[in-house]
Amino acid sequence: MIVLADILSATLIFAIPLLLVALGGMFSERSGTVNIALEGIMIIGALSSSLYLKFANTSGFGAANPQLAMLIAVIVAAFSGVIYALLLAFAAVSLRADQTIGGTALNMLAPAFAIVLTWAIQGQGQTTIYIPTWIRITPEAFGLARSQNPAFFEALIFKNFYLTTPIAFLLLAVAVILLYKTKFGLRLRSCGEHPQAADSVGINVYKIRYVGVMMSGFLAGIGGLAYTIAAGSGFQSTVSGYGFLALAVMIFGNWKPVRIFGAAMFFALFKVIGSYSGSLSFLPSFSGIKNSQYIYQMLPYIVTMIVLVFTSGKSRAPKAEGIPYDKSKR
Amino acid sequence: MKKIKKRFFQNAGFASFLSSLTAIGIGLIFGLVLLLLFNPAKAFNGFSQILFAGASTMAKFAKVLYQAAPLIMTGLSVGFAFKTGLFNIGASGQYLMGAFFALFTGIVLKQPWWVALFSAMMGGALWGAMPGIFKAFFNVNEVITSIMFNWIGLFAVNLTLSNIPSILANYYGASSAERTAVLGAANPSAMIPKMGLDKIFGASYINISIFLTILIAVIAYIVLNKTTFGYELKACGYNRNASIYAGINAKRNIVFSMVIAGAFSGIGGGVYYLSGTAQYTIEKILQAMGFNGIPVALLATSNPLGTILSALFVSYIQVGGEAMQPEFAKEIIDIIISVIIYLSAFSLLFKGLITKFLSKNKPEYADEEESGEVAS
Repeated sequence: MIVLADILSATLIFAIPLLLVALGGMFSERSGTVNIALEGIMIIGALSSSLYLKFANTSGFGAANPQLAMLIAVIVAAFSGVIYALLLAFAAVSLRADQTIGGTALNMLAPAFAIVLTWAIQGQGQTTIYIPTWIRITPEAFGLARSQNPAFFEALIFKNFYLTTPIAFLLLAVAVILLYKTKFGLRLRSCGEHPQAADSVGINVYKIRYVGVMMSGFLAGIGGLAYTIAAGSGFQSTVSGYGFLALAVMIFGNWKPVRIFGAAMFFALFKVIGSYSGSLSFLPSFSGIKNSQYIYQMLPYIVTMIVLVFTSGKSRAPKAEGIPYDKSKR
Repeated sequence: MKKIKKRFFQNAGFASFLSSLTAIGIGLIFGLVLLLLFNPAKAFNGFSQILFAGASTMAKFAKVLYQAAPLIMTGLSVGFAFKTGLFNIGASGQYLMGAFFALFTGIVLKQPWWVALFSAMMGGALWGAMPGIFKAFFNVNEVITSIMFNWIGLFAVNLTLSNIPSILANYYGASSAERTAVLGAANPSAMIPKMGLDKIFGASYINISIFLTILIAVIAYIVLNKTTFGYELKACGYNRNASIYAGINAKRNIVFSMVIAGAFSGIGGGVYYLSGTAQYTIEKILQAMGFNGIPVALLATSNPLGTILSALFVSYIQVGGEAMQPEFAKEIIDIIISVIIYLSAFSLLFKGLITKFLSKNKPEYADEEESGEVAS
């Protein structure tokens, strides 16, 4: 049972960054802008919030008010993501540049910038920014005693409990309401489907698309922090392709928030099975094969491909995504 | 003569070349500003390393050529797919497959270099075919399939290499089981011939791969621009529905163009690992060479001939970036390249300004120019 709790809790912690970033991608693409720069935005969010946490740790503020410092870190991650995403919005919306090219440039810029800045701050060759351990939410914070042998629910909830998890669920709920129950959501979706029609009824397509890209920056920035926490070894100027995986999760989730959550959990579950394969007794062990862990590490990608084959017949991308809107060509 | 000159200066290709140059200039200035911010005392020294280190010695220049060869191939791969309206972000996996097939053919099957290179091409083509097939027959976005197959390829190669003892370095007496054997020890005939280039440059790693890849780029240019097949591929890229209406088999073309793109990346992996200098290390990280093909292709606006120049340029400043270590992190080069790519995203804007500027100087040709535009 404890193994099951461990797996579920690890699945959740890996699903959170995928969920946040894929939701970000969804807002951008639903407004009509392909955001391939999610990877870069994640790195910038992770970089700035890791630097903030490092600063909060050395000043002593963090250890005294861990969750307040963590909340500030989330905000720092979100807003640095927004600022970075503005670079994409400027190129893709204002200058009507090719969205893939702008995104690729930002993906390349972010890790290089992170390495150069980390070197400049920490000294040459010091490529890791360590995340302080006080950010984890412990049972003590709720007045619960820490037991020697945690029971199922305690292991499930508190083994990997960080402030990013409740925030992610909150943002998921906000995303659903925003997209389907508000005037803004309707406008956002209309700009992604038929911007000319949206413009003809007085919606400012450029403004909506700016907001869509900025929202993706906001979510992907937090996602970068969530990834760094999940990875566990500090920030090393990379998010290991999670931005691109989130793109896959978004398409897998058919550009719909709740389905994106399902897709993120599904992918994370197989990912976790892959990395826990050695300690799971019910899995075949392939004893004749060396380094058989690679079989399980391949699994999430293969399973995703198979699922995509069966589901993508019904898959429907926003119609106008990737096409810069030019008012003069209406 | 005057007419030829005019055509040259006002041709769309020239304008995009100028706009690329503008972007490069601004990118380099941005790099200089960064160097000044981080370490003003050594900034100008570092900057001159970026600009001149690649040509400072014959050995450095040999390194520029050596690294440019696989970059040309991955750049061609990404660019070829772009021309047909597909985004091949899977060059990394295809490159890796090419490397694996080349090393397997060279080390285990003991074949000569050209067989190994052919097999690298087949490996890349196989991995490139996947996104094409999934896109054409199952309507799965090629970006997703490419990303998934990058990782599947990485783990598959690592798994296979771990289970072929005779391909690993420790089989030939070296201590490490985490990397492939040195080609010189396992099968010297699998090394791409040097034809005396190593003596001319005084560097052991240079071989004829740069000429091979330039030749392939020229062939790609001819196929894309001078044949019916290339025309069909491009037509699918411009407007898929119109090309289907015109009787072009779009599904077949999607698969073909991804197979060809994959084959290019595969050759890239082949030429890099068949040089005899490089050993593949079993790691859980995707190969950067495949991703570097994206900026190379973008800088060349996907033109195969432009890819040669942009790969040489990227390789040149990368060598310069290595030379400015340890004062500065070599990632400053990546920042410069990404600024250049970012600016080239507005190439249309630049191009418009440049064409406007050029035609302003020669107003008498204004009418003629427009008809020339259509013809070219």
